[in-house]
Amino acid sequence: MKKHLIGRPVPRKEGRAKVTGQARYVDDLVFPGMLYGATVRSRVPRGRIKGISFGEGIPWHEFTIVTAKDIPGENYVALIAHDQPYLADGAVNHSEEPVVLLAHPEKYLLEEARRAVQLEIEALRPTFTIEDSLNKKEIIWGEDNLFKSYSVEKGNVDEVWARADFIVEGEYRTGAQEQLYIETNGMIAVAIPEKGVTVWGSMQCPYYVHKALMALFGLPADKVRVIQSETGGGFGGKEEYPSMIAGHAALLAWKSGKPVKIIYDRAEDMAATTKRHPSRTRHRTAVSKDGKLLGMEIDFVIDGGAYTTLSPVVLSRGTIHAPGPYFCPNVRIRSRAVATNAPPHGAFRGFGAPQSIFALERHLNRVARAIGLTPEEFRRRNFIQPGQTTATGQVIRENVNMNHLLERALVLSDYHAKTARFARENSGQRRKKGMGFASFMHGAGFTGSGEQYLASVVELEATPQGRVRVLAASTEIGQGTNTIFSQIAADALGLDYDSIEILKPDTASVPNSGPTVASRTCMVVGKLVEAAALGLQQTLVGSGYLPEGYTPAGFERACKRYIESHGPLKSSSQYQPPPGIHWDDATYYGDAYGTYAWAVYVAEVTVDTVTFEIEVNDFVAVQEVGKVIHPVLAAGQIEGGVAQAIGYALYENVVWNEGRMFNSQMTNYIMPTAVDVPPIRVFFEELPYSYGPAGAKGLGELPMDGAAPAIVNAIENATGVSIHHIPVMPESLMEALAVTEKAVERA
Amino acid sequence: MRSYVPAYELRAPQSLEAALELLEREPDVWRPLAGGTDLMVLFEAGKLTHRKFLSIWKLSELKGVEVTPEHVTLGALTTYTQVQAHAVLQREFPLLCQAARETGGIATQNRGTLAGNIVNGSPAADSPPALLVYDAQIELVSARGSRWVPYQGFHTGYKTMVLRPEEIIRRIRLPRTKQGWRQYYRKVGTRKAQAISKVCFAGSAQMQHNTIRDIRMALGSVAPIVLRCARTEAALRSQKVSAGAFAAAKEVLAQEITPIDDMRSTAAYRLRVAQNLLEEFLLQLQNNGGDESHRGLAAAES
Repeated sequence: MKKHLIGRPVPRKEGRAKVTGQARYVDDLVFPGMLYGATVRSRVPRGRIKGISFGEGIPWHEFTIVTAKDIPGENYVALIAHDQPYLADGAVNHSEEPVVLLAHPEKYLLEEARRAVQLEIEALRPTFTIEDSLNKKEIIWGEDNLFKSYSVEKGNVDEVWARADFIVEGEYRTGAQEQLYIETNGMIAVAIPEKGVTVWGSMQCPYYVHKALMALFGLPADKVRVIQSETGGGFGGKEEYPSMIAGHAALLAWKSGKPVKIIYDRAEDMAATTKRHPSRTRHRTAVSKDGKLLGMEIDFVIDGGAYTTLSPVVLSRGTIHAPGPYFCPNVRIRSRAVATNAPPHGAFRGFGAPQSIFALERHLNRVARAIGLTPEEFRRRNFIQPGQTTATGQVIRENVNMNHLLERALVLSDYHAKTARFARENSGQRRKKGMGFASFMHGAGFTGSGEQYLASVVELEATPQGRVRVLAASTEIGQGTNTIFSQIAADALGLDYDSIEILKPDTASVPNSGPTVASRTCMVVGKLVEAAALGLQQTLVGSGYLPEGYTPAGFERACKRYIESHGPLKSSSQYQPPPGIHWDDATYYGDAYGTYAWAVYVAEVTVDTVTFEIEVNDFVAVQEVGKVIHPVLAAGQIEGGVAQAIGYALYENVVWNEGRMFNSQMTNYIMPTAVDVPPIRVFFEELPYSYGPAGAKGLGELPMDGAAPAIVNAIENATGVSIHHIPVMPESLMEALAVTEKAVERA
Repeated sequence: MRSYVPAYELRAPQSLEAALELLEREPDVWRPLAGGTDLMVLFEAGKLTHRKFLSIWKLSELKGVEVTPEHVTLGALTTYTQVQAHAVLQREFPLLCQAARETGGIATQNRGTLAGNIVNGSPAADSPPALLVYDAQIELVSARGSRWVPYQGFHTGYKTMVLRPEEIIRRIRLPRTKQGWRQYYRKVGTRKAQAISKVCFAGSAQMQHNTIRDIRMALGSVAPIVLRCARTEAALRSQKVSAGAFAAAKEVLAQEITPIDDMRSTAAYRLRVAQNLLEEFLLQLQNNGGDESHRGLAAAES
């Protein structure tokens, strides 16, 4: 029996289908008699619907028209809270709120019709900022505009201020960001009242859609079927919103009796679907004169938009990551997710952590400067060590060595020599260069007790031909699920890569292995694949069909004999928390994550003081992620995440106009292109994690967390200007430099 | 695709004569469509309000580049790709080549045309600043005849121009009179490629020792039209390059341009960067060519 696939860059399982155009995305699917669906949106950020009228010149009798009153079940998108309607009924709370659905066989006419629907909405005063929401200028949600708040307490932070040698305060802000998956959102639904509802589409979480459709139609589980079509990227943007589109397509299909396809174009996808939560973080930090953290007080607020959606969980991850990979005896974190009249913000790679880590890693550079230490020396004195506890009281049990990661990153980036050279050469230059870094971690899997609640299941089934099928709801969205599951199953069973088949996620045939989010697919679900594979093997060994040291041919014989005598050969595995893991939701105390990935990222930038343009010239990403299952896919995750984070830091500026995304086109929402992204040099450290498959941990979100603060720290190193927000547009850098110049003149 | 396709009409005449006849017969009804790189974006977004188009893309009368001792004359349909590839343009009109290189992506460069860039009338267009610096003239043709007009003055306001409804641009002529002039072009976009200008600067100057004998400057994205900065030029003409002359010129430039806040940038940024680019241009004159490694300095002396 051989193990040879994990750690090797085997070809992607679905790579051939994708490069040859065989892969079928939802917009490639055409059903007989299919209609196209479109959504009429509120266009008013907050108000009451007074009337809906259908303009002249459109053959309305040819159209299927759906409003809230056509909903057979519950009019909410079932997720955490039940506050977001599928179709506005009376009140509208953001400008992209769906009000009317239309379907017609001719999609261009549909667009004319969409423009001809007039909504009469009585406008109410909207709230657009975190401050206005916190100050309850208007109560727009619940009793206090708060979707969720958390409080984390460690030690006694109130006592540290009196004995601190330094107290440093700061406020930091991050903007919204659009996921920009290549394939826009889309769904096809077939819905027949007596038979049930089936949807095909682009998604990350088939069972989220399944749950939402059950409530929307009042149907039992077996009358709702959700099938993932090939999916062109997600980044969190297809975690929850597909439930909305699936519901819309299904409502139109239910009423018309025909299959209905809804595909968003880029402008609708950018404007209406979820984006990363904007944030504001305030830090107050007490430090001793020998550079030790004494106390941290952190106030973290995210803008959730108009409805709850996933904000409580995004807030949770952001809260837990807010103190970073440091040891501090006294910590208080207060965090809140507030309502505004923007389209709901949602999941996006990093899920709250990029926001709070940006704030911390900028703030710690200011703290270091205040006490006269270099950024690296200050961090060295405070990195968390094995045996120490995090802010939630989690004892670090693994052999974490942040100092080593930092040292390696600084050597690989030539940090010390370059900072010295730039300091010498920058003066008098129009183009100024700088170096910056950030140290951070990312918890893998669901937060706290989340994985226990999910209780994910994976099933493996062997065929008489000795092939093994993996049945899971975990989706391939471009990141490599199919490939790594095949590697894990094949190595566990000692089979060839091609002997493993991954079944397409379909709620009628795969068990619920949980959502494809939270860097959990490899570590958590991959471990279930491994366990189920070992279970399959044990069944064959225990039944006497499989000898020790078997060959693939022996495995095939064993499967055939087993199935002939006993029927189907299946093995399933359900999530069990690692021993010793405890979490208390009420006190927000305990082991927030089974484990973390750890990293230090270094950026080299050039700031052009003629145009205030910033370019990233070099990027070194060093991380400890447990065993790397597939080196090419893993490096690709890091490179892609860093590129996305460069966009977050420097380019991707959502321009809001009365709660609507004003720049919802790729020509004016600026993402970096290949020429704006430097070489990204990726280095892995591998400390195997006992509860991941072959020792792997999660890594998909990690690269989103550290690049932005590293880049902004480098801008500070180049220019001497301390910037406290992202994105850093040339316009805002110009203003920041002007303020600094004036301060220098006055001094 | 948000436009209702059946609502649009497209005609494709086989000759320039036929196209001009149609325009003459029904002026303001038919609008010429060349490479379509601007119109197709509006079409996709459902924002193309005009409905009747006349494709001129295949008209050979509007193609080709002709070189005489006095002029280089470019057909209206000369694409950005063709501009970049032309040896004489590369040698004598490097600012135009650089503008073409920095416009859109390769697909846009293959389809987008110089005349299309002009009549689209965007103040953020990349090639017009270079055309202004080179004292370009354009030939307007209708069924009744043709006329040459200087490009300077062609745009009369935001998206308005001296072109009559029955006319189209036939050719663009560049006088070969700038040999030996120093040249500078810098587009400041929202990123390094595939970007629309926030500020675009083209400059050219004829130097005699340390004195500016003659100068041309034009900026994009700082006014309702791409602007030839005649007053700033006047403030610099016959001046010795010096810190004092720079400061004075920057003041005049601030009076001459009228930048605005929009989705892409701010008036304050555009003003400051326009002044900084002017300074960079002038420093280059002072430094006798300056720092060749700098990407903004497209300097080419011929």
